[in-house]
Amino acid sequence: MAVLNDEQEMLRDMAREWTTNESPVTEWRKVRAAGDPQAWDSSVYATMAEMGWTGVIIPEEHGGSDFGWLSAGLVVEQLGKTLTASPLVATTIAASAIILGGSDEQKAEWLPRITSGEVVATLAVDESARHDPSKIEAAVSDGKLSGTKKFVHEAHGAGLFVVAATDGLYLVPAGDGVTLHNRSLADQRNHADVEFSGAAAHKLASGGDDLLEQVLDRARVLTACEMLGMAQQVFDTTLDYLKQRVQFNQVLATFQALQHRMADLFADLALMRSAVEGGLQALDAGFRTSQAATMAKAEANRVLHLVSKEGIQLHGGIGMTDEYDVGFYLKRARVLEASFGSTSYLKDRYASLSGY
Amino acid sequence: MATQLDVEQKSDTEAFRDEVRQFIGENFPEELKGQGNAMSAVEGPGDETPAQKKWREAVGARGWGTPTWPSEYGGGGLTRKQAAILNEEFARAGAYNPIGGMGVMMFGPTLLEFGSEEQKKEHIPPICRGEVRWCQGYSEPNAGSDLANLQTMAEDKCDHYVVNGQKTWTSGGQWADKCFCLVRTDRSDKHKGISFLLIDMDAPGVEVRPIQMISGLSMFCETFFDDVKVPKENLVGEEGQGWTIGKRLLQHERTNLSGGGSMARLMGASLSDIAKKYVETDDNGRIADAVLRDKIADFEIRWNAFLLTARRAAEESKAEGGVSEISSVLKKVGTKLGQERAELAIEIMGMQGLGWEGEGFTEAELSGVRAWLFGKATTIYGGSTEIQNNIIAKRVLGMLDHQ
Ligand SMILES: Cc1cc2nc3c(=O)[nH]c(=O)nc-3n(C[C@H](O)[C@H](O)[C@H](O)COP(=O)(O)OP(=O)(O)OC[C@H]3O[C@@H](n4cnc5c(N)ncnc54)[C@H](O)[C@@H]3O)c2cc1C
Repeated sequence: MAVLNDEQEMLRDMAREWTTNESPVTEWRKVRAAGDPQAWDSSVYATMAEMGWTGVIIPEEHGGSDFGWLSAGLVVEQLGKTLTASPLVATTIAASAIILGGSDEQKAEWLPRITSGEVVATLAVDESARHDPSKIEAAVSDGKLSGTKKFVHEAHGAGLFVVAATDGLYLVPAGDGVTLHNRSLADQRNHADVEFSGAAAHKLASGGDDLLEQVLDRARVLTACEMLGMAQQVFDTTLDYLKQRVQFNQVLATFQALQHRMADLFADLALMRSAVEGGLQALDAGFRTSQAATMAKAEANRVLHLVSKEGIQLHGGIGMTDEYDVGFYLKRARVLEASFGSTSYLKDRYASLSGY
Repeated sequence: MATQLDVEQKSDTEAFRDEVRQFIGENFPEELKGQGNAMSAVEGPGDETPAQKKWREAVGARGWGTPTWPSEYGGGGLTRKQAAILNEEFARAGAYNPIGGMGVMMFGPTLLEFGSEEQKKEHIPPICRGEVRWCQGYSEPNAGSDLANLQTMAEDKCDHYVVNGQKTWTSGGQWADKCFCLVRTDRSDKHKGISFLLIDMDAPGVEVRPIQMISGLSMFCETFFDDVKVPKENLVGEEGQGWTIGKRLLQHERTNLSGGGSMARLMGASLSDIAKKYVETDDNGRIADAVLRDKIADFEIRWNAFLLTARRAAEESKAEGGVSEISSVLKKVGTKLGQERAELAIEIMGMQGLGWEGEGFTEAELSGVRAWLFGKATTIYGGSTEIQNNIIAKRVLGMLDHQ
């Protein structure tokens, strides 16, 4: 864990307490059982807004606290631990696009409503099943956007879409010309293909040519934070299980083959945490952000992949049951691994950024 | 806003910086610029050139090779901050620290903690001046990972001990002046029967036989003790305290072995730079072999995550006022990545990266091969990777012993 200031420690402790007490995995089970494609509880999101979590990266003049990315990441990590379903990550990513690329009017119009929790927003970039921001065909003419975005997170319930078009990023409010087609993925969370047909679109014109990449870097880091919380939780749960489960008259934790696998995972988890926190710190410092963000998500992908697999294996048969939580983490893990860059995509990007 | 105190502290550090610069200006021979420390643990002693000797003596006299050790025993008596400035200024001038070896890395800090006043006065100043080489007599043919199984016996003969037995893998034993040894003073208890004893390598009855390694070098030896007389003053701590003291020393050893920064320096050019020299690149300057390019990126991402982890461990340890949990993974991760890197470098260079000797190879290529081979030792010594895993599982993760 990075060394935190008092503010950050308070925020993390608050998030930890809230997720543990108010939002354990049983809450996710309830949401899932309800079967609503939105897959998050509106009253829960309202509570998050009350606690200030929607405004952590938003400037004070627009109602936020401007605590920065490390702070935002601390909250998201806690949410990942208990698989708390909410549009907080998606909305924070979309808000960052407005902060980076919006005009004063656009900021004044949207940021306060995002901070208050009134508006849920999300980023819509990819047009196929694999992340590839170089292949965008959605286009705007005369202020009207047409095109289809695939597998958009938290699209159900979103009031605002930040959409990548051929010539830049646009703000597109939900409404006329915006149609959702539900896509139910293994994680059973909120995803949809979003069809834009002549929807009113307003350009984020102030961000420079690499605005999309800057926003994607933020998306990568924040997603990696959720993954970090998940990986930590799977690791902790698995370790607890090995200390309780008795076979051959011993708790499993006494077997060296298992000890060494846990020691390896522990080391990988340390690397993942360093990379993710490094990404957050780079965003706050505004220094070498692309490389740091790419590294953060690449390590998150690698390590969560491993931990989520080992988590099942080391639980044995019980890990295969829906009654047990560990499977939820595996299914959510793969969805997040594929979001904003698979491992191979990120390694390619890292090499390019490093000049080789 | 800068307070009065800040301003005074600032001027203090600046004054110290000036002092260091002046010292370097007056004492550092230009011809040594960019050279390394001839006293590092794995190299032979070589013959010191007059310039090297002059530099060692100058640094040693100030205690600046061991900057934070107490000045009463010949150390620099500097604060950490001053030591950092010293480092910075040495680096800026292309100067190396000429004081090193196992005395500095592991034995000195341990003796400062456990030694008697007389022992510290006798042994620490020569280490600070770089005049004495120490070696480590821990391992034996039947005591490797299971170090406490060691059998070398020190028999009590009233005013002295008589030592008999065999040590092995003694790095630098053939060049060392003295050896810090774990010996048995009591056969009845595996751990409490061990004591920490200092032995002169030129005492009658000590014999060393160099062992050749796969890298072709012989930097370690078998060491035989045949009725070697060792004065009682050379016992560190009390009889039976050797296991505690010996383990403390190993902590210093591991800290040194895993220091991310120094490893990075050891490694030299980045893999991608090596690749650009040895394999084809496309018009955009990309490594044309996509699989190789992917492997390099995969490595560099993990390597950088490791460097961040080493930094984080240091920051956390400082903030918590103890050793952070993640310090326990640094040795195993750093050494594994170091080995991976060496293997990848060879893959990149092909046959050119496997030169053993002779014409057709650059100095860097030849030394790379030796370093690749020597690097295999890093996951064995200083507590093997498997032993590190045992330690992490038991001490950090709380997984119990098999019953
Ligand atoms: C280059 C080099 C320099 C060295 N320098 C010195 C020196 O200066 N002084 C000195 O005293 N020693 C030195 N050593 C010795 C070193 O400390 C030992 O090699 C080390 O402790 C391992 O012991 P071993 O070689 O007997 O291997 P073993 O202990 O026999 O181990 C063999 C294999 O079994 C594994 N293993 C052992 N025990 C366990 C276990 N409980 N659980 C799982 N796996 C296990 C090991 O990890 C290893 O893979 C040096 C070694 C090398 C290679």
